[in-house]
Amino acid sequence: MSEQTKKLSIIAFSGDFDKLTAVFTLGTGAAAVGYEVNLFFTFWGLDAIKKKLGRSPVGKGFLPKVFGIFMGGLKATPVSRLNFGGISPKIFRYLMRKNNVATLEQLVDAAKELGINFYACEMAMHVLGLEKTDFIPEVKDVLGVPSFLKLAEGGQTLFI
Amino acid sequence: MATFTLDVTKEHCPMTFVKTKIELNKLQKGDVLQVHLLEGEPLENVPRSAREQGFNVLNVEPAANKGEYIVTIEK
Repeated sequence: MSEQTKKLSIIAFSGDFDKLTAVFTLGTGAAAVGYEVNLFFTFWGLDAIKKKLGRSPVGKGFLPKVFGIFMGGLKATPVSRLNFGGISPKIFRYLMRKNNVATLEQLVDAAKELGINFYACEMAMHVLGLEKTDFIPEVKDVLGVPSFLKLAEGGQTLFI
Repeated sequence: MATFTLDVTKEHCPMTFVKTKIELNKLQKGDVLQVHLLEGEPLENVPRSAREQGFNVLNVEPAANKGEYIVTIEK
């Protein structure tokens, strides 16, 4: 073991399928080689940690519910380019399986198994009418900026 | 002490070392894991990161199939 634990903290802002794939590829890869990994989900990134994987009226109040339906969860995430009304993520998942590359869902499962730390952004949750109970149980805590900075201190930080 | 086998020859980054790490986590101290992997990135990274994390890499040897290797790691 190295004297000092290596650390990677990622701010997962995007709710795009491809960018979330990058978040979880980097996160699981780092955790597997001994890094402490913190994933801080904010804004659209919160879609990745919702309990409901598809489109569902998650959230408190009318507007958050509408947002919830349009945004959906992990299974409903669009790709950042050439989404073609949601057909592209399906094609990507097919190509990934065909080429033995881990799909987004497999990466998320691996992240859970490796004990990666999941955190949700307090402010974004407030705006979107989401509560901690709307997220998967692996979400360790709801944080604000100072707490995240404290967690990330002394390691590498990425914004995706 | 028991010996386990893991085949990651069909996996790509990051799953080659992710699966190895998950498997190593499940083992008891003293157990041995034989990881079947391909040359290149997996062969360079799996033994190195195992060593870095305090595991004992007992052996690295070519397997019967060309380009395939067996890395033996002790927990």
